Amino acid sequence: MKRRNDTLLLVLTGLSAVLVLAALYLALVGAPEADLKSETGRYAQRIIYFHIATAWVGFLAFFVTFVGGVGYLRTQARKWDILALASAEIGTVFMLGVLVSGSIWAKPAWGVWWVWDERLTISLVQFLVYVGYLMLRSSVSDPTRRARFGAVYGIVAFISVPINFIAIRLWRTQHPLMFGAEGGGLSDDMMFAFFFCLATFTVWYATLMWHRIRLEQLRDDVEDLKQRVMS
Amino acid sequence: MGYLAAAYAVLWAISFGLVFSIVWRQRKLQQELQVLRQVVEDETISHE
Repeated sequence: MKRRNDTLLLVLTGLSAVLVLAALYLALVGAPEADLKSETGRYAQRIIYFHIATAWVGFLAFFVTFVGGVGYLRTQARKWDILALASAEIGTVFMLGVLVSGSIWAKPAWGVWWVWDERLTISLVQFLVYVGYLMLRSSVSDPTRRARFGAVYGIVAFISVPINFIAIRLWRTQHPLMFGAEGGGLSDDMMFAFFFCLATFTVWYATLMWHRIRLEQLRDDVEDLKQRVMS
Repeated sequence: MGYLAAAYAVLWAISFGLVFSIVWRQRKLQQELQVLRQVVEDETISHE
């Protein structure tokens, strides 16, 4: 069973690598150029393929943390706590990617690296909230309390995801709206590259989750053995 | 072009950083696990 899982994980990792390379090609070369006057703007527009896919993974990861938190509070099973922790860590790293890539896009598009508009501020706060989640977990030594605190925090912190999502619809922010009532910001030709990147990053997230969950299971094995040695 | 390269470089660096961190922690735990298994095995032999 373990060997079969190892092979599956290896295949998934390889598939992720191939998909990421294909997505990179589509985002940088395959997708048509945006209808913008400045050359810098046209190049910068290609950032959004990975920027939005990264944000999608961040939101998905925080949703899984929420699910893990609910699962843990209902069952007290360690597997839910592992799921929540692994997903929060990956989501936080991806949110950092969103903030940095968004800031790099903003410079040629808006002329500034950062503006304190609703969308950007909420994204930063969301990132900090999940950094707080990881800090909280590392500061509690008792595993049961750590899992319980983490579960409650992960559930409450998830509120930031819908707020972040609707921010550009609720307020008139500087951040562009990709899909709205007035149509999207992408042409039909760009849609294929866009959704390919979204699917690729979802597979990439699943791969990272599998590796991260294995890491936590390994940590549990070490702790169990330590207990045996001590007793 | 510079902004595009910078954005993708940063995203790659962050992704690789995460992968490297997971692999590094996994190796460290595997080493620890190996040492602990050896200790348990040695204790079992000495008790016999």
